[in-house]
Amino acid sequence: MSNDSHHEENFLQKYIFSVDHKVIGLQYGITSLLFLLFGFGLMMVMRWQLAYPETPVPIVGGLLGETGILMPEIYNMLGAMHGTIMIFLGIVPLAVGAFGNYIVPLQIGAPDMAFPKLNAASYWSYFVGGVIMLTSFFMPEGAARSGWTSYPPLSIFETGQTMWLIGMVFLITSSLLGSMNFIVTIVQLRAPGMTWFKLPFFVWAQFVTAFLLVLAFPPLEAAAVLQLMDRVAHTSFFLPSGLVYSGATVDVYGSGSPLLWQHLFWFLAHPEVYVLILPAMGIVGEVIANNTRKPLWGYKSLVYATVFLGFMSFIVWAHHMFLTGMGQAMSAFFQTTTMIISIPSVVILTAFFISLWGASIRFTTPMLFALAFLPMFGIGGLTGLPLGVGASDIHLHDTYYVIGHFHYVVAPGTIFGLFAGIYYWFPKMTGRKMSEALGKLHFWPSLIFMNGIFMPMFIQGLAGVSRRLYDGGQLYAHAQDVLQWNEFMSISAFCLAAAQIPFIINVFVSMFNGEKVDRNPWGATTVEWSAPSPPVPHANFESDVEVYRGPYEYSVPGAEKDFSPQTEK
Amino acid sequence: MQIPYTIEERPDTGLNNSKLGIWVFLASEVMLFGGLFSAYVFLRMAAPIGDFAYWGSKLSIPMATVNTLVLISSSVTVIMSWASLKMKDFEKYKMYMGLTLLCALIFLVIKYFEYTGKFHHGIYPSSSTFMGIYFTLTGLHGLHIIGGMIVMGYFWLPFGNKMWQSDPERFTNRIEVAGLYWHFVDLVWIFLFPILYLL
Repeated sequence: MSNDSHHEENFLQKYIFSVDHKVIGLQYGITSLLFLLFGFGLMMVMRWQLAYPETPVPIVGGLLGETGILMPEIYNMLGAMHGTIMIFLGIVPLAVGAFGNYIVPLQIGAPDMAFPKLNAASYWSYFVGGVIMLTSFFMPEGAARSGWTSYPPLSIFETGQTMWLIGMVFLITSSLLGSMNFIVTIVQLRAPGMTWFKLPFFVWAQFVTAFLLVLAFPPLEAAAVLQLMDRVAHTSFFLPSGLVYSGATVDVYGSGSPLLWQHLFWFLAHPEVYVLILPAMGIVGEVIANNTRKPLWGYKSLVYATVFLGFMSFIVWAHHMFLTGMGQAMSAFFQTTTMIISIPSVVILTAFFISLWGASIRFTTPMLFALAFLPMFGIGGLTGLPLGVGASDIHLHDTYYVIGHFHYVVAPGTIFGLFAGIYYWFPKMTGRKMSEALGKLHFWPSLIFMNGIFMPMFIQGLAGVSRRLYDGGQLYAHAQDVLQWNEFMSISAFCLAAAQIPFIINVFVSMFNGEKVDRNPWGATTVEWSAPSPPVPHANFESDVEVYRGPYEYSVPGAEKDFSPQTEK
Repeated sequence: MQIPYTIEERPDTGLNNSKLGIWVFLASEVMLFGGLFSAYVFLRMAAPIGDFAYWGSKLSIPMATVNTLVLISSSVTVIMSWASLKMKDFEKYKMYMGLTLLCALIFLVIKYFEYTGKFHHGIYPSSSTFMGIYFTLTGLHGLHIIGGMIVMGYFWLPFGNKMWQSDPERFTNRIEVAGLYWHFVDLVWIFLFPILYLL
């Protein structure tokens, strides 16, 4: 390390405009957790309306107008923004921005990311995008209300969409800068001895994720530009000829196609699903290896499966579009690729399950979340198969079944993985452990209420309840037999919110009063645990790192301890 | 703190960070313009027969041909500027980089006359789907030109002299990376020219 590393920094340089990957990672983490909470809040308002239609919403009712009743326009707004915020402002920045930034350089033994300033630019671009999304609520027209998918022609005419598109351009830019940085960092800054197959699985997951972001996001940026042109310059890329809107023929040139948007959108948005899930799988892999005290089963097959998964995720997008009439040949192709892509997911999940076999499992809080991830993601994944086959998708498309399916993947799946990561790496970030008691108080109710929310969605969806009903199906013939579930799901959602209180208390209490720990409290093997807790600012390690071992050498026969760190000969 | 391999190459990958970075960035740019080119194909297939050709005939092929030559020349001069730095000839670098910036400016001026010519005839992006995609593609390409000019202009102005004096190798790498980006912008135009003007 050169000697310019110890110049004094003022508060702004140190905590706000820092270029240290650890500070940026924490900035990402804090911002995205707040957005997650906000997005959850939007959904709770909607759930109130679904359970008790057209009754004043308690607490926040005053914000919704004089009556306090959630009006349909606002319901649509909340729905669109819930999806947008959860995905683009909550989970991706937490999974990639926060964990990727903080952990990847540490795990490969690097002093920082390859381009520290670009890294800060990526965070601030995300921040600006987030601010634009939030301010859109206060615009005279309100926020976007065409769903997070923004399908035209609706999105061309609905108000609020322009701000959404501009916000998305910033968020996409942020992802591009960030993921470029990850790829270069992982290729170039691996410590001596850290060969590709000595990389922890988490790094592999982030590496593939970064490629997905770099290659899949630009087409959405292209689509956003085209949609912006449609809205601002009155082109008709997504508007067919002779389109009638509100009883009048739309005065545009026409000959465009709404399907074009769907293709461009899902070309991003399907890989995006794997952007959401892969980092969580990476975290779960780390936590399982550490808490089973044995090597991750089938490390190489995990890596190959992840790379294959990343590749395949680019050629499955049109399985979101079976009902658009794009044709049998297209449907057949995308059904086939969709069935194929389930194989690597199953390989990964199976490897995790087998890793548990014969292990002496430590039921720490991170391990509980990681263990819960497995069946929850399993349910989410398996319920996706009927949606990937055209014939069954005809019945299930756009019903609550779909909502149940992807929420199982993302909520008790990814978010549990991310919670596991927070509990697991909190000691590294702060030098203190989080409370186990509060952690378990957080975990068990969360697990129960997550299922309370999403399991009934399968029942409603199979009955045929459409996903976008403002009244929760009161006036909908198919919904009459399954209406009673609405209240059950909503109460579960409110209880889930209550179950997050121990987590919030835990973070703040443990930050100042948690049990102090040394650099390796979990007895882990990967490189980040050989750095001090928290790691040295702007350098991470006290001395140069060298790597001698594979990532998961737990319980090596003949070794003194039950773990052999990568940095020890 | 010093990030490894910012200037020197990492032995096992044979790359420095910025060169890998720009290639990854260009990969994402390929996907951006790839998305737009696919949109072009999709829209052309969806349009009534002859519609794209009819509106395409309103564009000025001579102007675009000159612009093509101008951009190709700028790609040559940007290489020459990098080669001059490799040969430690900073004065020549200044000249060639200046020529590159001049070419970029000429390109934009011609583009400006093309655009205003269309507006004078009452042709706007909303006039037809072809015109919409024409203005979108060339507009986005123009923004890339401006972006490149900002970066290369920064290296051409006195800031560049200082960087050259303090760390010549790093400065040379910077020009190389900027040049790679510039070639890409040029290449996009090479695709835009036939599909918009000639087809």
